[in-house]
Amino acid sequence: MIVAKDLKKVFGDFTAVNGINFEVKKGEAFGLLGPNGAGKSTTMRMIAATSLRTSGELSILGKDPNHNGPEIRAHLGVVPQQDNHDNELKVWENLYIYGRYFGLGRKFLKNKIVELLDFAQLQEKRDVKVDALSGGMKRRLTIARGLVNEPEILMLDEPTTGLDPQARHILWDRLFRLKEQGVTLVITTHYMDEAEQLCDRLIVMDKGQIMAEGAPAELIKKYSSKEVLEVRFGSTKNAEAAEQIKNLGDRIEPLPDRILVYAEDGEKVLEQIHKMGLQPQTSLVRRSSLEDVFLRLTGRTLVD
Amino acid sequence: MSVYTEPKMTWQGATKIVNLRKALTAGPWFVAEYRLRNMSKWWTAILAFGLGNPVLYLLSVGIGIGALVNKSQAHGVDGVPYLTFLAPALLATSAIQAAMDETSFPTMQGFMWDKSFFAMNATQLTGRVIVGGIMIASAARCIFNTLIYALVLWAFGAVAPASIPVLVASAILAGLGFAAIMLMTVSFIKQDDGFFAIVGRFIIAPMFMFSGTFYPITNLPIYLQWIGWVSPVWHATDIGRALSYGHAVTPGLMVIHYSYLLLMLVVGMTVGGRQFAKRLAA
Repeated sequence: MIVAKDLKKVFGDFTAVNGINFEVKKGEAFGLLGPNGAGKSTTMRMIAATSLRTSGELSILGKDPNHNGPEIRAHLGVVPQQDNHDNELKVWENLYIYGRYFGLGRKFLKNKIVELLDFAQLQEKRDVKVDALSGGMKRRLTIARGLVNEPEILMLDEPTTGLDPQARHILWDRLFRLKEQGVTLVITTHYMDEAEQLCDRLIVMDKGQIMAEGAPAELIKKYSSKEVLEVRFGSTKNAEAAEQIKNLGDRIEPLPDRILVYAEDGEKVLEQIHKMGLQPQTSLVRRSSLEDVFLRLTGRTLVD
Repeated sequence: MSVYTEPKMTWQGATKIVNLRKALTAGPWFVAEYRLRNMSKWWTAILAFGLGNPVLYLLSVGIGIGALVNKSQAHGVDGVPYLTFLAPALLATSAIQAAMDETSFPTMQGFMWDKSFFAMNATQLTGRVIVGGIMIASAARCIFNTLIYALVLWAFGAVAPASIPVLVASAILAGLGFAAIMLMTVSFIKQDDGFFAIVGRFIIAPMFMFSGTFYPITNLPIYLQWIGWVSPVWHATDIGRALSYGHAVTPGLMVIHYSYLLLMLVVGMTVGGRQFAKRLAA
């Protein structure tokens, strides 16, 4: 469905995407992870056939977006990072006009809108101006809108930002159902649990390049230990304690508020810490997650 | 969104439900349909201004000042009553105002206020197609306002019914020509910093004052006449006067009038379309 070879995007003297290679198969849920400014959204906009690539090759649905942009876009569903509805129009009207942009018939849309409002659980808000919706509701409307043309590829740029936990779980379920129907999903997210839940395969990007690629479980296995011990010594003592325990486990990761110790057996490491005479205020042993992979690959310094 | 319900979603897939040929060719009409729906939210304001503007104008300037002018000049102006002289200019100005409202603000809205152009561009609609759609909707509003204005002029006895079609047509040509130029200009604006106030004070107002609206342009000193030459108001007014009451215009000048207005339309839409596409693809 999507093939990118040495894909590059340059804005003036800034290289947003610097020669990346990936492939997405039909019916796959593909994730793009990375810190802010990694080039995820730019990559998304190139796949969505709106932003033209500077160089490299890109094929979407077997076509070249630089030449067949409109044909490709007619079969895509796009959920942009920023909700862009007409705030003066009602909820149903926003779905309607978007469907009309694709040239869909009025009768078809009448039924489709009922389904989409149901999907987004906005049935009761049907006749409300978008202006009056909460942030989460607007987000759900944007997601529903992306489905109006029954797209072959659904592009979701940070779909659950602003959603409450219930809405997030419901969305995951619905995206799963879409995938079962053969819809290809391309997702960017800052929530690692979401990526772990939804994505069959993902790439981790940083500074316009791909740092790692694989299934979530593979990446965890490759880049992290089995368990993680999280210890807090209090903000003033963390640095000092980190120095003392730096040789424990496979490696340690001092964060501003706590220290992560990567190890096969977290409890064992905790015992060793106690033996050294250190008393952490809190401690927690958990399984390694995608977040650990992300922190390791992209560094902990905040980009913005 | 806390109660879980099983969603029912019929699914045939985009390849079946999207008619690619229709989607690629009828795009401007889809955009226009959206713009008209957006306008319909303001229909009371559109109607109130569309009707109130000409009525108040004709009462104050046309009839009030007109009475003085007609009294002091036995043969009116340009051989006709003042109101008849004034009518084509008023029509052209109202057409320009209406058409401009529906190109400049939507362009600002689409790129900056709610970014709706980016939503459109995520479908198969392109920058050029969006420009086409906005111009269609703008033409609809322009025709609506100009027709109302013409009817009010007729009710005040300023124009003969037979001259209404030509007057409306020349006014609309001016409206769309200027609207296209405005759309093009606004598409380059990256910051919302009072651009419209500047346009209103330094472009629309002088264009209205110095385009032979209230008196023949030749009454102006030559160093001010150029404002009329570049202004669509003067070109459309001269056409309207020639066609409605036989104001003397040489055929050559007539050709210049039409060409100038058409040129504004073509340049505005071409350059605007290019800039739309460029800005959306960034």
